[in-house]
Amino acid sequence: MSDAPLSPDERAGIVRDGLAVGIATGAYGVGFGAVSVASGLSVAQTCVLSLLMFTGASQFALAGVVAAGGAPLSGAATALLLGTRNTLYGLRMAPLLRWRGWRRAAAAHVLIDESTAMAVNRGTTAAARLGFLTTGLAVFVLWNVATAIGAFAGEAVGDPRTFGLDAAVGAAFLALLWPRLADRRNVLVGVLAAAVALSVVPLTAPGVPVLAAGGVAVLVGVLGTGGDPTEVPGPDDVAGGHR
Amino acid sequence: MWTAVLVAGVGCYLLKLAGLSLPERVLSHPTVERVADLIPVALLAALVAVQVFSGGTSLTVDARVLGLGFAVVALLLRAPFLVVVVGASVVAALARLV
Repeated sequence: MSDAPLSPDERAGIVRDGLAVGIATGAYGVGFGAVSVASGLSVAQTCVLSLLMFTGASQFALAGVVAAGGAPLSGAATALLLGTRNTLYGLRMAPLLRWRGWRRAAAAHVLIDESTAMAVNRGTTAAARLGFLTTGLAVFVLWNVATAIGAFAGEAVGDPRTFGLDAAVGAAFLALLWPRLADRRNVLVGVLAAAVALSVVPLTAPGVPVLAAGGVAVLVGVLGTGGDPTEVPGPDDVAGGHR
Repeated sequence: MWTAVLVAGVGCYLLKLAGLSLPERVLSHPTVERVADLIPVALLAALVAVQVFSGGTSLTVDARVLGLGFAVVALLLRAPFLVVVVGASVVAALARLV
């Protein structure tokens, strides 16, 4: 890892890319805000999720489980399971970013799909840090503003079924899943997980089927062979994978 | 609900911090990596299924299926996230009007 300083052109390019990803991702924060309120969370709870949890798929998962009638804590468990992928991103990013102390603690908050994607392929620590920070901060600010807008709009709508907001939740999850379906093994796991979840819907409390499907991942992962590298998102995968 | 929001929020932050702080060898076992890669796939697929085909503790088929159909087509056409999500709602809402 070299420590060469960045040229002004490189700098401007990295900042521009980060801001563009921030805007694209922020736009779907509106979707999260509306879906979360439609799921039964208050505007305040919705905004706190975006400020504190700040990892889109986990936030959608918590809202989704609650919307299906699940206990809030099974929603929290699902959100935490989805959050484990950020731990793997962190392992990959740590030697690249090389931050210590409070900087590392602060950087951890904006360690998400997008900031990882825009930093992981940079050649130097300076470029990785700049890509990580501009993307992370741009997404953080715009995601939170957009969440608040979506939440107030969702509240104004009232019954989520009126504008088909209940259908938006499934579509949002599919869009988050989509970039991962390029891999055939993932398609198999996805189909299996969906089948397991639906088959236990009539037997268990809402929220449990999704957690049961997590068991499919564990089972296939343990029984599987071949050490594939961790799937870290690349620049093409950000903002739902289809900018 | 607040408990769930705060517990999951703080927990997700700690998961991120752990990634930046732990030495890489702690989690570099291939099985751990495979499971961690597959968890988002399994959970998201299950969430799609449960969101679209269930109401509480029963299986149902309603206008949400048409919304999901729209989402599939939109994703195949590489439409942006908002088009996928808003379009799915509009399709479901229109189906309920008919």
